[in-house]
Amino acid sequence: MRFPRIMAALVAAAVAAFAVPTPAAAQELYGTLRKIRDAGVIKVGHRESSVPFSQFDQNRRPAGFSVDLCMRVVDAVKRELNMPNLRVEFIPVNPSTRIPLIANGTVDIECGSTTYTLGRSRQVDFSSIFYLTGTQIMSRQNSGIREVEDLANKSVALVLGTTNERAVKAAIERLRIPNVKVLMVKDHAEALLALETDRVDAYATDEVVLWGLRNQSRIKDQLVITGRLLSYDPYGLMLRRDDSAFRLLINTTLAGIFRSGEIEQMFRKWFEPAGIPINDRLRQIWEYMALPE
Amino acid sequence: MSYNWNWGVLVSEPYLGWLISGTQWTLAIACLAWIMAFTLGSLIGIARTTPIGPLRWLGTAYVELFRNIPLLVQMFLWFFVFPEVLPRDWGRWVKRDLPMPEFTTAVLCLGFYTASRVAEQVRSGLNAVPKGLLAAGQAGGLTLPQIYRYILLPLGFRIIVPSLTSDFLAVFKNSSLALTIGVMELTAQSRQIENYTFQGFEAFTAATVIYCVITAIVVVIMTRVEARLRVPGLLGRQQGAL
Repeated sequence: MRFPRIMAALVAAAVAAFAVPTPAAAQELYGTLRKIRDAGVIKVGHRESSVPFSQFDQNRRPAGFSVDLCMRVVDAVKRELNMPNLRVEFIPVNPSTRIPLIANGTVDIECGSTTYTLGRSRQVDFSSIFYLTGTQIMSRQNSGIREVEDLANKSVALVLGTTNERAVKAAIERLRIPNVKVLMVKDHAEALLALETDRVDAYATDEVVLWGLRNQSRIKDQLVITGRLLSYDPYGLMLRRDDSAFRLLINTTLAGIFRSGEIEQMFRKWFEPAGIPINDRLRQIWEYMALPE
Repeated sequence: MSYNWNWGVLVSEPYLGWLISGTQWTLAIACLAWIMAFTLGSLIGIARTTPIGPLRWLGTAYVELFRNIPLLVQMFLWFFVFPEVLPRDWGRWVKRDLPMPEFTTAVLCLGFYTASRVAEQVRSGLNAVPKGLLAAGQAGGLTLPQIYRYILLPLGFRIIVPSLTSDFLAVFKNSSLALTIGVMELTAQSRQIENYTFQGFEAFTAATVIYCVITAIVVVIMTRVEARLRVPGLLGRQQGAL
């Protein structure tokens, strides 16, 4: 009589599943926090060469300004869920994959250098703004390129899938700059390589990313970063849409860091080696985003 | 999953135009690379079967080199590293004055890679021609070029038509790697649409369907070719006992 015995076991298992008491707090969980609790793991998306926000350190482990902020969020998640041993899984993302990976649940929070836009907010959600920057141009000192207009008859590398790509293309179109050759590359490292090997005359992307790349470059003394800001790029940590609870946890963590002034220490840790000073624009944004408890 | 579907984006301008342009680039890369791979691969495949030592050695070296390095790495090497090992002026010419450098590099790279695979097919096809025919040719006083021209090549190439079909299909799919060096082919255009509209799933679904249609057409054509070129008795005999 095997069959009824299996049925009995199944019924017993089902009853047991319902009978196990769940903590009251856990019952209110939904969305990402619930997913993290159920899986016992938080999946953190990071970039590979977005210096100094999110990159690999010497041991090929994710590190950087955004990663530090994210790790504070992870600490807050551990406290919230009362799971001190919560596992952290790092998943590399790039500008082409970051939105789908967040949307489809592969990544829970993205710690990179992603611009908070209204268009992107139709697919994903963003934390408070933690950084403010814009598009500038990096070129060889002797190329004579200072502003976007100087790209006429020159070639410029742009990373496929970034807001900077759109900003530069829009500027070229708006200002009717003639004969600009655009090379689409897949990430910052490849763009820098194209510039170093003289395949392109310039690379246009986020000002701060350019500083980080210049610092890494073997020809850094020949490279200059110039031009007016071609775009307004506020950075946020990326998370899934329709998840106020998780966003609240992230924003609470960020506000605490902004309010206590700890953000300036974190900034110095990552930006001073790259020779980037704190500016008033940043101080203001941190002040605005330090929402009261 | 939280995702807002919007299929309308695929038929709105300029995104429809991007998909069409991407499809054209994909077809251009794949077809040119295939023509190159078929020509070069045939020559190398033949070289690998000749009794001439250095030719065989060269053919083997080529196949092992190009077949064993991942295509993605080859794309990178051809595009970024190759111009640097050339003399300075030549390198500069490749980087700046070569017409459509990304496209040309992609075609060459894909062509060289696929040629190594075609060469292997050709070699196995030529080897599959029954040895008795060869001996008959030699006994009849044919020279080596004549044996190839009248016996080995006509039979060998017909034997490998079915397996060449999958390499032909692979060229279309592998052409998507050209996006890593900046060719705006179908996959790259899908990413571009995602970048502008944040409707990545729709864009990649469209790309998937287009790839499937292209490969389905290739399969239909190749099935026709296969039916026309089949050698009665020869292919059938391979399955049964000789």
